[in-house]
Amino acid sequence: MAAGDLLSNIELISPSQFAKEKIQAVQDYALLSARAVVNLFRRPLYVADMIQQADLIGVGSLSIVLLTGFFTGAALALNSANTLQRFGSLTLIAQLVSVSMVRELGPVLTALMVAGRNASGMASEIGSMVVTEQIDAMRALGTDPVKKLVTPRVIATVFMLFFLTILADLLGLFGGAVLSTLSFGIDWHQYWSSGWQILVFQDVFTGLVKPVLFGFIIATVGCYYGMSARGGTQGVGRATTQAVVASSLLVVVVDTVVTRLLMTVFGYR
Amino acid sequence: MAAPPNAVEERLDSVASSTAPVIKFENVSIAFEDKAVLDGISFHLPRGETKAVFGVAGSGKSTMLKLALGLLKPDAGSIYVLGNDITQMSEEELFDLRRKVGIVFQESALFDSLSVRENVAFRLIEEGDISDEEIERRVREVLSFVELEHTLDKFPAELSGGMRRRVAIARAIITEPEILLYDSPTAGLDPVTSTTIVELIVKQRDVYKTSSLMVTHRLQDAFVMASHYFDRQANQMRRLPPGARGEVPMSFLILRDGKVIFDGDAQELAHSKDEYIREYIS
Repeated sequence: MAAGDLLSNIELISPSQFAKEKIQAVQDYALLSARAVVNLFRRPLYVADMIQQADLIGVGSLSIVLLTGFFTGAALALNSANTLQRFGSLTLIAQLVSVSMVRELGPVLTALMVAGRNASGMASEIGSMVVTEQIDAMRALGTDPVKKLVTPRVIATVFMLFFLTILADLLGLFGGAVLSTLSFGIDWHQYWSSGWQILVFQDVFTGLVKPVLFGFIIATVGCYYGMSARGGTQGVGRATTQAVVASSLLVVVVDTVVTRLLMTVFGYR
Repeated sequence: MAAPPNAVEERLDSVASSTAPVIKFENVSIAFEDKAVLDGISFHLPRGETKAVFGVAGSGKSTMLKLALGLLKPDAGSIYVLGNDITQMSEEELFDLRRKVGIVFQESALFDSLSVRENVAFRLIEEGDISDEEIERRVREVLSFVELEHTLDKFPAELSGGMRRRVAIARAIITEPEILLYDSPTAGLDPVTSTTIVELIVKQRDVYKTSSLMVTHRLQDAFVMASHYFDRQANQMRRLPPGARGEVPMSFLILRDGKVIFDGDAQELAHSKDEYIREYIS
């Protein structure tokens, strides 16, 4: 096909039309998220679906989250050791790993792992159901697909990401401890003692609020792109990619905003 | 001349006793991306009647079914289903109404992660207040109606196209809906399987007296339905005796360029002077 033909096939959208489509998408996303939350207070609750999703999202993501946590903690210790050694402060390594993992790296990296694995899964599963008319069939059979498919995924992701983040934090500290002990001769008990003592309520609170928000973002974005899938298998593939990109991007943006907000609220150092 | 079959007589009595339309479209229009698909169409489906809807691909036939179920909202006009103006109803209110309407989608739209049993029982399980024994009994009953009782534990991917279509019919009729909507139920099937599906639709029409809208490309299917009745004693479809043609509750509707160009029975269709219709049915 000639370049001219290719160009003539590209559909040009006016800036106003583009803006309108984006605003419409944000509105649809907000409505879907609101309905997912409101459905929590309406029967039926689909507890079995929630447990099934919790198993898929939580237990299914356990290995990648634990490995990510362990190696992040180890790499953090390795990178920090060099700088700390120059100032003769190698003993601070546990404090650095502890605060970094609990406040920032644990929640964010766990969320990114879960987003990569589950936002894509949700978008492709729900997207396939949309293009094969299974969502229409569900509505035709008198069942609200948001209540049946979206709400259980949102609840399961929020709940499981919270605990996965705690485990990732622990494994990060453990990875840092293993590396500090083996490579730099830091005392094991001293590592854990100083790593534990540096943490204050604000650190832990910040580290535990984030996975709740990130879980909500991952599930709602994944489901939104699934529900919006159009155009057969190609459309499902596109929705899957968009879900991962959008949820990952939103996680890091919201992370920055929330960190700043909580610092202000706590009058943090 | 042979005596009129009992089923036909009963059918005529039933239709005569209740003429209120179960579905009524009034000046309904809908467009997708500025392209008008349906342009001010009006028709009604009387209780107990089966109406076959024809039209070339993209003429809005499937859209019409989705509108009748409230899955799509029209840009203009009113749609009445069982006396309710569904264009004014919320999604929550529509969920209740949809319990009285069954639909068979073109590609069956069975839930591929659920077994045949779970697919067919879906609506009953969702209602929540029906015992497992009752659900099992009703699932077996409708699967035996479509002669697929042996597929209970199979998954949709393990079934042929025709079997999936029959499971979809079973899923649609398990709650004994007042209205059934069929979207190209015989599309892509071999002649033998198509005849089986047509026989099931005729059985549903004549035995359970369900009002139906049937979208199809296959004119011959609709003519078979207009010229046959279901014999309950013999448990099979039989041709109407000579002279009895037109006595089953069957009508035809043809769409062209978003408008209804024909709405009438088989006799009127066969004698239509419209060139497009004559070409279409030839």
